[in-house]
Amino acid sequence: MSKILDNLRYADSHEWVKVDGDIATVGITDYAQHALGNIVYVDMPEVGDEVTQGEDFGAVESVKAASDLISPISGEVIEINEALEDEPELVNQDAFENWIMKVRMTDPSEVEKLLDAAAYGKICEE
Amino acid sequence: MKHYDKIIFELSRAGRKGYELPADKYGVDGMAEIPADLLRTQEAELPEVSELEVVRHYTNLSNKNFGVDTGFYPLGSCTMKYNPKINEELAALPAFMSLHPLQDEKAIQGALELYWNLQRMLSNIAGLAEFTLNPYAGAHGELTGLMVMRQYHRSRGDHKRTKVIVPNSAHGTNPASAMVAGLEVVEVKSKPNGSIDVEDLKPLLDDTIAGIMMTNPNTLGMFETEILEIADLVHKAGGLLYYDGANLNPLLGKVRPGDMGFDIMHINLHKTFSTPHGGGGPGSGPVGVAKHLVQFLPNPHVVKREDGTFTISEGEESLGNISTFLGNFGVMMKAYAYILSLGKENIKNVGPLATLNANYIKESLKDDYLLPIDGVCKHEFVFDGLKDKSTGVTTLNVAKRLLDYGFHAPTIYFPLLFHESMMIEPTETESKETLDDFIEVMHKVAKESRETPEVVKEAPLTTLVRKLDETTAAKNPILNYRTLKAAEA
Repeated sequence: MSKILDNLRYADSHEWVKVDGDIATVGITDYAQHALGNIVYVDMPEVGDEVTQGEDFGAVESVKAASDLISPISGEVIEINEALEDEPELVNQDAFENWIMKVRMTDPSEVEKLLDAAAYGKICEE
Repeated sequence: MKHYDKIIFELSRAGRKGYELPADKYGVDGMAEIPADLLRTQEAELPEVSELEVVRHYTNLSNKNFGVDTGFYPLGSCTMKYNPKINEELAALPAFMSLHPLQDEKAIQGALELYWNLQRMLSNIAGLAEFTLNPYAGAHGELTGLMVMRQYHRSRGDHKRTKVIVPNSAHGTNPASAMVAGLEVVEVKSKPNGSIDVEDLKPLLDDTIAGIMMTNPNTLGMFETEILEIADLVHKAGGLLYYDGANLNPLLGKVRPGDMGFDIMHINLHKTFSTPHGGGGPGSGPVGVAKHLVQFLPNPHVVKREDGTFTISEGEESLGNISTFLGNFGVMMKAYAYILSLGKENIKNVGPLATLNANYIKESLKDDYLLPIDGVCKHEFVFDGLKDKSTGVTTLNVAKRLLDYGFHAPTIYFPLLFHESMMIEPTETESKETLDDFIEVMHKVAKESRETPEVVKEAPLTTLVRKLDETTAAKNPILNYRTLKAAEA
């Protein structure tokens, strides 16, 4: 059974968002890392890139498949998790601890369109 | 030599050689004739081995191969059918094999006639106007076909059409080919049975769409029953339909992509037309087009003159050259031999037998393996892993365990529509006994997964190489001897 944290918001494409003021921390969910299997590469955006809600901002490659990362919010990338460049498997170890990017949101109200833990949990069960 | 694992460089001993050059009769110092700036300054690091060592080395390596000639190979989407030996015999005829593509046309009439005849046969089978046989393989055919699509829109001065619609269940080569052709990929959703969702397609069809890439039967082995409506919608929007011929086998001689409304398609001679595949290749990916696109096909092409002779010609409106000369000619000879061996009547039995074999396996195994799409499939189908997943045995584990029982694994983790995909395509050339053996082993593996899951998770146990560390292989690939030496140092 995959782990789902209550204090986060979720996209149906299996990314999570943690909001702190206008800064959003984004990663993939435990369900996603489990479905992907051993992750061998995380293709991350660059600091300063603009990301848009619903559009891809990178990709995750595992031994099974390569999957686009879909941004759950819009804004400017202010930090990426450089540890994943050498150790992408950290995402497998703890998908919620090992975030992928931090974004200064241009429209924090977009978060309201995302799922809460209960609604996301239902999607994973289907 | 059961556990042979040498690399040819490890056999190398300084000064050892397997050749002898004749004595210099002419008193010419060849080295002195070569300009100094073209000479190597460093020794070439080539293995120095005797003839016997070379023969043993490669014979031992070849014994480690698994191929259609060794056992059942149900690799979904790949149509691993038997490669009849008569194909090889004919392709090895010295009169063809010794030809040079720059020889005088008069001396290669037979080869040109074969090219032209095969082109006509494929056109008839596909329901299209003309084929080029020049592309080297399937994905190269896709690229060529998309270049035809682009050339068609450009020739009409329509430069807005830069997008290609690709279903989210498509073969990975489709979006890749579109990118290489300089087109943007737009994804259309599939319905649960893998068919294109017509309602999702409609809003995508505007004047920026160059065309759509599809395969029928689709990736789940199901026939796209709404193909005529889809063709109509795409054509009305000004786009073209591309048919990925990877799944042509079940339709051979029965249904023609051209009649379904497709404008362009490629055929994998190394799948449907029984020529060797993968490491046994090379491949060949002929591309066929409807009448209004013929002038855009690549150069050169073979033309039949009125007097019955053949010539090589180049067209003005063509998209250009995509190959040296006329493609992989040896592969064409094998496909030609295959079509002539079967003949017009027998070729119609290929599809139904491939379909029967796939359905027989599917129905026999669906009590142990999860069948997400019930109903009659075509030449292949997809299981979503074991039905009972409680012991944690994955599709990868099952695939590895099959190796212990002497079968090649099916295609796994594709399509991406399911998490534990297992795509099985038996082809028409397998006997019922082989299918029964495979079914029995698949049941046995399912039983083991319930009772002794630790065994299945450790598989393969009896192969020359045990379970590989796929993560390290993907992250730190060692692909040549120099890197290996550096890694060991």
